Amino acid sequence: MINLSKEKNIMPVQDPNYRINNFDEVALGYTLEQAQDEAKRCLDCKHKPCVQGCPVGIDIPRFINKVIEGQIEEAYRIISESSLLPSVCGRVCPQETQCEALCVRANKGESVAIGNLERFVADYHFEHENMNPLRIESNHIKIAVIGSGPAGLTAANDLSKLGYEVDMYEALHTPGGVLTYGIPAFRLPKDIVLREVEMLKLQGVTLKTNIIIGQTIYLDELFEMGYKAIFLGTGAGLPKFLGIPGEMLNGVYSANEFLTRINLMKAYEKRSQTPVQISKRVAVIGGGNVALDAARCAKRLGAEDVYIIYRRSMKELPARLEEVHHAIEEGIIFKMQMNAKEIIGNQDGFVQKIKCVDMILGEPDESGRARPIEDINSSHIIEVDTVIMAIGTTPNPLIIQSNPDIDSTRSGCIITQNDSGETSKEMVFAGGDVVTGSATVILAMGAGKKAAKAIDLKIKSIN
Amino acid sequence: MFLITEKIILTPTVSMLKIKAPDVVRHAKPGQFVMLRVEENGERIPLTIAESNLNDQTISVIFQIVGATTKKLNQLEKGDYLIDFAGPMGRPAKLDGLKKVCVIGGGVGCAIAYPIAKSLFEQNTVVHTIIGFRTKELVFLENEFKRISNQFYLVTDDGSYHQQGKVTDILKSLLLKGETYDEVYAIGPLPMMKYVSLLTKEYNIKTIVSMNPVMVDGTGMCGGCRVSVGNEMKFACVDGPEFDGHLVNFDEAIKRNKMYESFESKQYQEVCNSLKEVSK
Repeated sequence: MINLSKEKNIMPVQDPNYRINNFDEVALGYTLEQAQDEAKRCLDCKHKPCVQGCPVGIDIPRFINKVIEGQIEEAYRIISESSLLPSVCGRVCPQETQCEALCVRANKGESVAIGNLERFVADYHFEHENMNPLRIESNHIKIAVIGSGPAGLTAANDLSKLGYEVDMYEALHTPGGVLTYGIPAFRLPKDIVLREVEMLKLQGVTLKTNIIIGQTIYLDELFEMGYKAIFLGTGAGLPKFLGIPGEMLNGVYSANEFLTRINLMKAYEKRSQTPVQISKRVAVIGGGNVALDAARCAKRLGAEDVYIIYRRSMKELPARLEEVHHAIEEGIIFKMQMNAKEIIGNQDGFVQKIKCVDMILGEPDESGRARPIEDINSSHIIEVDTVIMAIGTTPNPLIIQSNPDIDSTRSGCIITQNDSGETSKEMVFAGGDVVTGSATVILAMGAGKKAAKAIDLKIKSIN
Repeated sequence: MFLITEKIILTPTVSMLKIKAPDVVRHAKPGQFVMLRVEENGERIPLTIAESNLNDQTISVIFQIVGATTKKLNQLEKGDYLIDFAGPMGRPAKLDGLKKVCVIGGGVGCAIAYPIAKSLFEQNTVVHTIIGFRTKELVFLENEFKRISNQFYLVTDDGSYHQQGKVTDILKSLLLKGETYDEVYAIGPLPMMKYVSLLTKEYNIKTIVSMNPVMVDGTGMCGGCRVSVGNEMKFACVDGPEFDGHLVNFDEAIKRNKMYESFESKQYQEVCNSLKEVSK
């Protein structure tokens, strides 16, 4: 019965030479047969180590079992007990450091392809089931959710299922937060995000776009408007720059700007009126998922040479393994153990080249990774016309600036009490990147879930 | 959807739209801006608020037709809708306690200078206004400015209306005559703001300028609107749009504004062509 193959079923993908000319999804998804064959690799361990690795604790062996039995809808229901966005997480979670890292099969060979199976189940569900969400009886208690990214979507979902009347506020014209403006369509098709939002709306959540809380409506006014609690899931939207000379040159982008132009504003489509620089040679600074997303977008826009410049080695790249593989297939050039020192421009103020130094890996630092040290005797000049800074983001300061009674760290992250997401301001909760700084979709979802539970408990304790 | 309740064509290249936006009106203050989109697939563009009216719940914006998006915006009429309209964004102007201010507007920048001058006048600040235009047919808001100015000056580059010259010529003559100001507000093209700031620096008069760089989201997310202010990187959307003119690196800002010049002129041409097709 058990499939003893040491390797995962290979995920079918678009041919690299073909896909670098489009923004369609790279991974095509398992067929039912492939999914069932893969599911049979699961040993159904009694102690379920994989579940420990899942930030939201999905009962992985149980749902995989249902895949084997062909009861995909039941598998979906099991995942839904713990996760709101399986079609998203199956695609963007770093499974190799979470569930799959603890899979017993990984001791000899590859782990079970849990992420691929999760994605299969979610996609199958949406292809075969009618969108008939439960209509839950309202308890007439209003709650405001600020931000419609992974944390906000999850909190809104859980709260509305508990009977609360949820209004979800979004500053941009389209919902989804980082799922919409950040992650490119070739990794996460945008109809998946919109489908999840539509589900929430059918469930009774009201979406209010174009409203910037802290500017359009102040936080305290929300209470005056009758909301009993507020959840802040406003993310980490403020881009960091390196602070090196030349960052004001034309052709230097934050990854946020580059990706927002492409993903939110669809600058790659002819009919879009938003411009994005068409580059020949691009250097992306950073080694996370955002860096890889930016690099692969640049390639798809027609860039000939795209470099990832990262201070440590391939081994330490924080990006998802699958994305690194895909990027290599697509011809992205990885310049490892290198750091940018200066961007040099022409007299009109456009980028011409970037000056880099080699990095030597020293003793592990507080993050446990080798500390990169500059080799001062080295110097490289790379000719580029575009430089994209993908070195992280910090929370948007708008809400904290206007609400000094919400305690925050020096880097602008909101401070919450333990797991509940409770902030120093009465009945204001927070979760996701606005608390942790830039992290993962699944952690933000987990935080949204915990906060929803805490809000429910708090409201019940008052009434 | 956001209803256009009024449209006024101010000059051949400048129009005003009044837009019903109850959410934006509530906290809108002089100096702040809105982000709008004309249609699906349209750009998000920032426009500074020219007037906010609590009575009829409208925001007025005044814009110059400079590219594809403003060209399309100008195609809309009273009764049409904008698909997106969000704000107020940015920090409000700090006008408290000012006794005497010189407000300088250049071209379409007058639309942004006007609400500042009006607020100052209404709080009993002595307001001297200098507005400048290229030529007579581009002059707008003249009477509005006159009503709220203790002293009013208008110049045109070509001398086709009022005095010939630059706004800096008038400012210089006022300063030479011994006029003093708590602050100078200069809002207009980057070179104008640069030369006003250079002049007021000689006289050590604090000068506020309003930056209008390229933006995508307007909420602090993209960093496209970054400006060097006193060698620090600032984002015009959340740290501005008003900055100390003596600290702004104008030469850099002028270069940054040219980032999409070729794309924009191509888009503009396409829109013009498609409009010609329609009218045929």
